[in-house]
Amino acid sequence: MTLVTARKRSTKPSPRAGGPGRPVDHGAWFLVLPALIPILVLSVGPLLYGIALAFTDAQAGRTDPTRWIGTLNFQDLLHDTLFWESFRIGLVWAVGVTVPQFVLALGLALLLNEELRLRWLARALAIIPWAMPEVVVGIMWRLVYNPDAGILNETIRDLGLGDGRDWLSGLATALPAVIVVGIWAGMPQTTVALLAGLQNTPRELHEAAAMDGAGAWRRFRTVTWPALKPVALAITALNFIWNFNSFALVYVLTQGGPGGRTRLPMLFAYEEAFRYGQFGYAAAMGCVMVAVISVILAVHLAGRLRGGEDA
Amino acid sequence: MRTSRRARAGQYAALLAYLVFLAFPFLWLVSTAFKPARELASLHPTWLPQDPTLDNFRQAFDEQPLLRAAFNSLVAALGAAVIAVLIATPMAYVIARHRTRLAKAATGWVVVSQAFPFVLVIIPLFLVLKNLRLINSVGGLVMVYVVWALPFALWMLVGYVRAVPAEMEEAAAVDGAGKVRTLVSITAPLLAPGIVATALFAFISAWNEFFFALVLLKTPEKQTLPVVLTHFLGAEGVADLGPLAAAAFLATIPSLVVFALIQKRITGGMLAGAVKS
Repeated sequence: MTLVTARKRSTKPSPRAGGPGRPVDHGAWFLVLPALIPILVLSVGPLLYGIALAFTDAQAGRTDPTRWIGTLNFQDLLHDTLFWESFRIGLVWAVGVTVPQFVLALGLALLLNEELRLRWLARALAIIPWAMPEVVVGIMWRLVYNPDAGILNETIRDLGLGDGRDWLSGLATALPAVIVVGIWAGMPQTTVALLAGLQNTPRELHEAAAMDGAGAWRRFRTVTWPALKPVALAITALNFIWNFNSFALVYVLTQGGPGGRTRLPMLFAYEEAFRYGQFGYAAAMGCVMVAVISVILAVHLAGRLRGGEDA
Repeated sequence: MRTSRRARAGQYAALLAYLVFLAFPFLWLVSTAFKPARELASLHPTWLPQDPTLDNFRQAFDEQPLLRAAFNSLVAALGAAVIAVLIATPMAYVIARHRTRLAKAATGWVVVSQAFPFVLVIIPLFLVLKNLRLINSVGGLVMVYVVWALPFALWMLVGYVRAVPAEMEEAAAVDGAGKVRTLVSITAPLLAPGIVATALFAFISAWNEFFFALVLLKTPEKQTLPVVLTHFLGAEGVADLGPLAAAAFLATIPSLVVFALIQKRITGGMLAGAVKS
């Protein structure tokens, strides 16, 4: 759609409505300023200020002036084993949510793309996790996981599989338990994105492949997947970042416990900044999080895109 | 395309499994909200309340200032949605119609703003708002929410503007309509549904937001619904399950209603921006 109209416009440049490549005139600046000023003052500015804070000893409730301390915060961070432990947990959580969620969402999207009865119901229900506040999602799953009154342990007891356990308080079970919640909570966005990608793949190609006698798996591999790949890459990269930076869900589920086993980097940085008032140190954590995630993603995307060209 | 009967059966079985996975936590929340204390204390909980009651809702309102919190949430979400859309729509129009450095910079900012951990933005904002005496004020929160909603509002709106054919504006111009008249009588009506969908999505996002509200709002009478909900969890996570479930259920209803209304438009709008660029 977009491509078609864009091409049309470029072959017929218009003097009034402004085609692509037309410079912004004074009237346009007038239209842009109402959004541009808040963006610069409240988003870009604070971001740069935040990066600058990472090089200072800024603290809450400090009376003497904040000092510039160079890379001292970063040197401290390098030796902060608790931070790196939370970083590791953040990576496990981000991968643990993003990958299974992608596989599950792909399956659901493929199903919803078929002419099935009850599809409308499935679509409607699949939206629920998206509409819910993260805090409510966390509360809801705490009710599910509740050791005595929760439905999960009751189901386990009913099936004769034992007494169940206190999932969110167990050292070994807490992280997997919150990962399941993360997968559940992000299913709709991923499904909807993949479904839109599927609907962009031409049906005729499928039919042609089916006529040639290609089975379902073969059709998926040769027709569906190549067309879906750009969407899939974009959505997994975004999900990975969002998950790595997530806060509310785990804050409500476990507060980072037990014993820090689910303390994601954002929870760690939040405590450092707003419980202990270490603004400079927490800002440095934020910088490290951005830097490392950017590198991981750049490598991931570069590798995948090159792999796509080879294939 | 023909699908064999066995494959169809498999598809329905899989669909059913997905429905159970997606729906059961929510059903459990609703069921818990309507259970009397006696049933909640039982060691063998049942799927449905045996003796449904509204006690939990009454108790929830007694325990926490839920009405006050809902009002704060409403002000913050409404303020953020209206302001964000008012200032984002003109900019989105310019970005969609002029392919310039500004459009590139805006796109870059939208992408970058998705990648940064909020802690890097909230610490400086906290310091600035503190100096402006806007900590613990819903007004300060609205400012933060506006800027937080701007990237996705812009993203959606650019998609909607691109869906309005420039040819229609050109035709109006040829007929002698001025720029303003073209915008008002041709573009605005076609854009209106997209603008409403964007505003509602911004509303829901702000209604559901937790992190900024947790950091910026200190006293219970200023706090928004998600923050007040966490007070039900108690200090050590020992929660009064019934009122907790009741309050959580109530907090979700507005989001569910609005989402049901705009669901199709958002997914269309977001993806027009996200996938096709």
